[in-house]
Amino acid sequence: MKRLILMAFMLISGFAFAQTEGYKVGDVVKDFSLKNVNNKMVALADYKDAKGYIVVFTCNTCPVAKAYQERISALNETYAVKGYPVVAINPNDAGAVPDESFQKMQALASEKKFNFPYLLDPDHLVTKQFGATRTPHVFVLGKTDKGNVVEYIGAIDNDPEEANSTKVEYVKNAVNELSIGKKPAIASTKAVGCSIKWKKG
Amino acid sequence: MRIFFIICLSLITYCATAQVRLLKLDELDKRIANGKDTTYVINFWATWCSPCVAELPNFEKLRLANLNKPVKVLLVSLDFKSKLQKEVVPFVLNNKINAEVFLLNEPDQQQYIERIDKKWSGAIPATLFVNKKARRFYEKEFTETELKNTLLNLK
Repeated sequence: MKRLILMAFMLISGFAFAQTEGYKVGDVVKDFSLKNVNNKMVALADYKDAKGYIVVFTCNTCPVAKAYQERISALNETYAVKGYPVVAINPNDAGAVPDESFQKMQALASEKKFNFPYLLDPDHLVTKQFGATRTPHVFVLGKTDKGNVVEYIGAIDNDPEEANSTKVEYVKNAVNELSIGKKPAIASTKAVGCSIKWKKG
Repeated sequence: MRIFFIICLSLITYCATAQVRLLKLDELDKRIANGKDTTYVINFWATWCSPCVAELPNFEKLRLANLNKPVKVLLVSLDFKSKLQKEVVPFVLNNKINAEVFLLNEPDQQQYIERIDKKWSGAIPATLFVNKKARRFYEKEFTETELKNTLLNLK
């Protein structure tokens, strides 16, 4: 009994520690419930048949995020049916940047015909939980009996400008590997993107 | 007369393009190594990064305040290479940027981000303060005062 309590304590404190820095590969993700552009709330648990998730922090204004928009949509086209839907979250504060408002998110989702949720994260709670630092920033999760585990963190590919002849599609590779029961060979990458527009004051 | 104009325009364009040079990390490392007692304040920015653009005047103020000191302010743009002429050069001209401006010419982001600083996530703005004695990397925005103090306290 004592051991169980100790383990539970360690798990919780380890979890709490992870909260302040953001998730690392191998961490279990706490579920969230955020408002989608269609005004409905969305949580990871809503996807009963999902084998995992492609969580993307992306926004309305960042040119790098914009350059990846089609690729994000394409990821959902390919992988939602395979059990890995895209879940997009806007980490930015509209007070700091008016064009990151909920209305603008709705306009963008409608214009680009997003077929995945594009969620508002007021006060950056989920953003901080994940430890997202820029847009776009991807966290690929795999469902396990422990919960949703982070399996990949970083860039979508190494080719923001679509000019790289040696293109490596990190997220695609990671999801492909997960879907055949393997761990991603490349579990974390970095990328240049726009910093998160934090709430002022 | 027309030829005169064409020549003038070409010269001006040449001057404009000469203002933003492509830069490889090896070249930057070499420059820093040859810098003797110079402290380099290297700001990583992009025309599309609004907080980067907002803090550029602070770097100009720092540059002007240190004209007679061994301090060099370098602005290294991470804009797409394809946008050099269309966006970066006009930006530099329109904003009358007087510091040295470069466009980072490295193909692999994974590699160059790690090389500049292992802790860097890739987000900008970010600034590197480096001289023979110290190398400090900051993934953050800087006010004029913060820049001054960071430079002063660089050990």
